[in-house]
Amino acid sequence: MSDKITFMIDGVEVQAQPGQTIMVAADAAGIYIPRLCAHKDLAPFGSCRVCTVLVNGRPQSACTQPAAEGIMVENNTKKMTKMRANLIEMLLVEGNHYCPYCEKSGNCELQALAYRFGVMVPKYPFMFPNRDVDASHPDILIDRNRCVLCARCVRASRDLDGKNVFQFVGRGPEKRVEVNANARLADTNADVTDKAVDICPVGALLRKRVGFEVPIGKRLYDSKPIGSDIEAQKGA
Amino acid sequence: MIDNLEATVKSICQECGNDRGRMMDIVRAVQQQFACVPGEAMDIIAREVKTHRVEVAGVVSFYAFLSSRQKGKVIIRVCNDIIDMMNGADRVIAAFSEELGIAVGETTADGKITLETTPCIGMCDQAPAAMINDVIITYLSSDQAREIASKLKKDIEPQKLVQKLGDGNNAHELVQTVVHNNIRKKGPVVFAELPQGMALKRAVAMHPAEVIRDVKTARLRGRGGAGFPTGMKWEFTRGANGPERFVICNADEGEPGTFKDRVILTEYPDMLFEGMAIAGYAIGAETGILYLRAEYAYLRAFMEDVLQKRRDKNLLGNNICGKDGFNFDIRIQMGAGAYICGEETALISSCEGLRGDPKNRPPFPAQKGYKASPTTVNNVETFCCVARILDKGPGWFAEMGSTGSSGTKLLSISGDCKRPGVYEVPFGIKLREVLEMVGAKDAIAVQMGGPSGQMVGPTDYDRTICYDDLATGGSVMVFGPGRDVLEVADKFMDFFVEESCGYCTPCRVGNVLLQQGLQKVMVGKAEAADLDYLQELGETIKTTSRCGLGQTSANPVLSTLKNFRSVYESKLQTSTDGMKLSFDIKAAVSQAAGLAERDSVHF
Repeated sequence: MSDKITFMIDGVEVQAQPGQTIMVAADAAGIYIPRLCAHKDLAPFGSCRVCTVLVNGRPQSACTQPAAEGIMVENNTKKMTKMRANLIEMLLVEGNHYCPYCEKSGNCELQALAYRFGVMVPKYPFMFPNRDVDASHPDILIDRNRCVLCARCVRASRDLDGKNVFQFVGRGPEKRVEVNANARLADTNADVTDKAVDICPVGALLRKRVGFEVPIGKRLYDSKPIGSDIEAQKGA
Repeated sequence: MIDNLEATVKSICQECGNDRGRMMDIVRAVQQQFACVPGEAMDIIAREVKTHRVEVAGVVSFYAFLSSRQKGKVIIRVCNDIIDMMNGADRVIAAFSEELGIAVGETTADGKITLETTPCIGMCDQAPAAMINDVIITYLSSDQAREIASKLKKDIEPQKLVQKLGDGNNAHELVQTVVHNNIRKKGPVVFAELPQGMALKRAVAMHPAEVIRDVKTARLRGRGGAGFPTGMKWEFTRGANGPERFVICNADEGEPGTFKDRVILTEYPDMLFEGMAIAGYAIGAETGILYLRAEYAYLRAFMEDVLQKRRDKNLLGNNICGKDGFNFDIRIQMGAGAYICGEETALISSCEGLRGDPKNRPPFPAQKGYKASPTTVNNVETFCCVARILDKGPGWFAEMGSTGSSGTKLLSISGDCKRPGVYEVPFGIKLREVLEMVGAKDAIAVQMGGPSGQMVGPTDYDRTICYDDLATGGSVMVFGPGRDVLEVADKFMDFFVEESCGYCTPCRVGNVLLQQGLQKVMVGKAEAADLDYLQELGETIKTTSRCGLGQTSANPVLSTLKNFRSVYESKLQTSTDGMKLSFDIKAAVSQAAGLAERDSVHF
């Protein structure tokens, strides 16, 4: 049918279908472009900016930018790696991320990215914000301390569950996830079987009573860094 | 529960056709009626327009002029941008605060009056200024502030505060404001008479493609700041597929220090609407939207009247100028206080009744803009240039200005100068000539293009104002001897932190960090390495931010680091004991000491 697109990522030739984003094409070729807000089941959002690449020298988010014939993409370069580490550090100091006792530890994408990028202690000062926890729902917990505003729950609830349980309110540093009720998650039609519940990359949206079920050593990112599954596709 | 809430909100929704796309009009009307948009109203709105309550909450919480919290029937908003502060806005705020007995952000106990501050309201040439509901008061003194506050306490209507009217149409019966135009230099493109309807008649005598060709031949570039070639934008829009097309005028000038569109809207609205109609004809649109910033609400009735008069003369409506099938009309969409909505895709989001978040690009507005249809968004001044190009011809226009920048530019000049106001100058003029013209020969720094632009010093005064050198959407802020450029940069960072939509990480988080780092330098707690920290952080924000706001938001720091580095260096200190200067151990242990109810033994 339609012709294939050929372009380059860090000197490697990559093929894409017309309409595919740079990220999707890179995934298929086994090239990992780090990301946080992007999710394979959701429409691209482009908020975390961790997937920023240079396309013919211009910064673009790989999750939203369509692949095009002949473009030169810079992904795993010193400059982009530095900036991605900076973005990850920004997210780490913006919220209150208590990894040592967070239920999501070992399965958390933000934590895994920090490890992959060698972020041990952020160079930015912690902001220690006061944020709300909503434990009203019998099966689901919202802890905004750990929220990175990626909109995965917003998108999943709207587009996959058809419910619109979550939306952003406020702007700038005051922006936060709110629920479709006067105040509490318990007053919405959210259900533990919703796709939105499991899609959170961090520990902001959690199922109750399953924390720490998987022992250390067997968690998702205990043995292999985030992105390994994509890199394993290489040459496949 | 407020009396009649349900009935009133329902009828507001009905007046807006229960159309979710008109959310801005709905929530603005509710806000006006009840001085807030309470949760109950959100529930009713959501039900009536068939959306979700949290969507309504998302919109209400996004815009500075909307609030879910009860405010006073009268809201005093004192402009606190840098120019107003230099002219004594802090004394004005203090006077209001004292006379009303409330702090900024509070409402009087009787619930009548709220006192707030707000970023640039477009009156830097007559600062300090304030909005009292929609009424603008300029050249404020602290005595006047006290007098106003005491009148408001006696329930005097804000409009009654207007005493001496401004010049020109500011005195028009539908405007009635104290605002002055301050047109200091007229030019041949914008600040000159245009025979009504003439340019439009010329346009409809041509094929739309020929109109676009003329705009391209004139080498017109967008006047809002980004400088995209207008003809090319129109060509893309005309060529894109869609059931309908839209022309949007960006009248949301919110860049601190710019006010030239205010003067066009007041004195040359016909030229603007003529330009919009020409655009409609060229791209094949039937609907135009003027997105008017909330700060200029005082001009709305007047603008509506101008539109009606144009309809009466068949310059809007059906078969315009007798051209069969050329139907075009313009509606006014009010904003609600958000600088980000000057970004074209955020402006489209706002027109659609959404939070003013920028959209992902591609698709570009020319392909999928308002209501996912091909849309061209142009600046107020750009549309005026279009009308003039059709009036005088593209060759005449292209001859003016410099090679890459044809025509003239309106500059809004404010700050430490003798003659603040609006100047129409040819592109290619040297900054030094401009400074002489405005009476600011002794300027130590000039902010070109507002906070998102760059700050330059005397060594740059021989550079020229044009797209390829010193670019500006119009804002030129002058700083004289004795001004602290770091204080200015800090004020600009306040602005970006407040106006970031918060969508992307670098702009939302990075700017808070950048300002903290800058303040560390200002208080003498920074060491040499801190300048590298600022540079790298600034570059990360610039490179990775999602939209134009974020990409330019680090400029106050980056451009002063580049052009005023010695000021930073003069503030640096060296630690003598191996401890970081910014680390205050006493402060760090103070909370624990408080809990322990005794001081630390060691510190």
